[in-house]
Amino acid sequence: MELYSEIILDYFKNPVNKGTIAKPSGSALEHNPLCGDKLRIDLLLDKKDKVIEAKFSGEGCAISQATASMLTEKLIGKTPAQIKKIENDEIYKMLNIPISPGRVKCALLGLVTAKKAAILCKKSTK
Amino acid sequence: MFNPKNLKKDFPIFSRKINGKTLVYLDNASTSQKPKSVIAALSNYYQTFNSNTHRGIHTMSEEATAAYEGTREHVMKFINANLPKEIIFTRNTTESINLVAYTWGEEHIKTNDEIIVSAIEHHSNLVPWQELCRRKNAKLKIIPIKEDLTLDLDAYEKMLSHKTKLVSITAMSNVLGYMPNLTRIINAAHKISAIVLIDGAQSVAHMPTDVKKLDCDFLAFSSHKMLGPTGVGVLYGKYELLSDMNPFMFGGDMVKSVEQHKAYWNDLPWKFEAGTPNIADVIAFDAALTYLEKVGLQNIQKHDEKLLKYAISKFSKYEKDGVRLILPKTHTSSILSFSIKGIHPHDIAQIFNDEGVAIRSGYHCSQPLIEHLNLSSTARMSFYFYNTEEDIDRAEKALQKTIKLFK
Repeated sequence: MELYSEIILDYFKNPVNKGTIAKPSGSALEHNPLCGDKLRIDLLLDKKDKVIEAKFSGEGCAISQATASMLTEKLIGKTPAQIKKIENDEIYKMLNIPISPGRVKCALLGLVTAKKAAILCKKSTK
Repeated sequence: MFNPKNLKKDFPIFSRKINGKTLVYLDNASTSQKPKSVIAALSNYYQTFNSNTHRGIHTMSEEATAAYEGTREHVMKFINANLPKEIIFTRNTTESINLVAYTWGEEHIKTNDEIIVSAIEHHSNLVPWQELCRRKNAKLKIIPIKEDLTLDLDAYEKMLSHKTKLVSITAMSNVLGYMPNLTRIINAAHKISAIVLIDGAQSVAHMPTDVKKLDCDFLAFSSHKMLGPTGVGVLYGKYELLSDMNPFMFGGDMVKSVEQHKAYWNDLPWKFEAGTPNIADVIAFDAALTYLEKVGLQNIQKHDEKLLKYAISKFSKYEKDGVRLILPKTHTSSILSFSIKGIHPHDIAQIFNDEGVAIRSGYHCSQPLIEHLNLSSTARMSFYFYNTEEDIDRAEKALQKTIKLFK
């Protein structure tokens, strides 16, 4: 199975939810010091405390960027508490490509950042 | 006759396939491959005279001691030092540099003294001095890098003063391949009586090294980048300096005599080699030196230059596709760093690996330099004498594939 599957390349070249949110309910920045990857995830909650908007920005390898993009789609409708419970395995399943030990950090950077953003989420004031 | 294709046959690893393709190894600045003779020397020691050195009266201990000390003499000749006792075995270049920081540095660096390094140093020749300066309230000065990616030696000469106690500098940048003018750097430092340490981790494997001609005070390098085993480093130091330095690791083998509350240090070089040394790997390092002498360091240098030129001619064709070669104005060595616009170096290295081509990606343990280049990281090809133009052609194919995939 190819690491750079069509889906991964498509999300990398045409990312969904790339950008920032002006007034996010929660926002987090994470680094991958070994590769120089930077990732920011912004979350916006609705009145029921569910994510209505999720954006990612930053720079990094195709795996980290495509995964972050795919993940933001998954976050919609989830509460911060639910985001904190997402397991690493769910990311591997979502990617459906062989992740070698050297690329684990790339694949999980999005989730680590999203969880940090979820922890920092303030309750919606809307 | 120097023939890389024949030499390659001495390296068993090249029969290996990666992803179904013959291995092309272009990560020699990380570590070199090992010839049969080095691997055989390792197993020969364990199979026929495995014993501890400097201790036993029995035959095998004497053989092990002779072989271990034989490598020391060989290293001395290899870098043209004066005496075997000027050669100290450590674990690697990093430990050699730390040894100087913890011994000579601890004793001689005082408050407000200055240590000079350059903007192109590997972390191993930067962090030990940052830490020493922190401990001593001394100042770390950094030779700046110019637009053309060479060091500003005029600025360096202006930095030198009576406060300068040490200049520690690489002989060959592991990112740029650039080789600073060491003669100029050393002469200027000696004029104000500063000590000079040369980080030879990259250079010693690729060109003739003559510490007498260079007149450096210390030279640090590693066996594993020059065909030898991992776990062996060398620190060369001028005898007058080393004999004056106190050890910083204490225990067995580094003592002459021990009383209950006091000990007397062994002679050079053993006062710096506490505990059972890395006997097997030091002994096998001897075979690496023999092999390199047979190939000829001058031949290696010429071959590096030829391959670099060839690689530049191939890779520069893709500048229109966003390929940027990181080329210092003066550059003749075995290292070629590059980046591709919009493609992360990890992805480049991954696709090269799919094609069986091993390259390095990341910061290369030189984060301040990479950030200075306005890059988050780079991809790096580094050659050795067993690499051929066909290897570069395979790398070019991988480059084409990378560009196509991400277009």
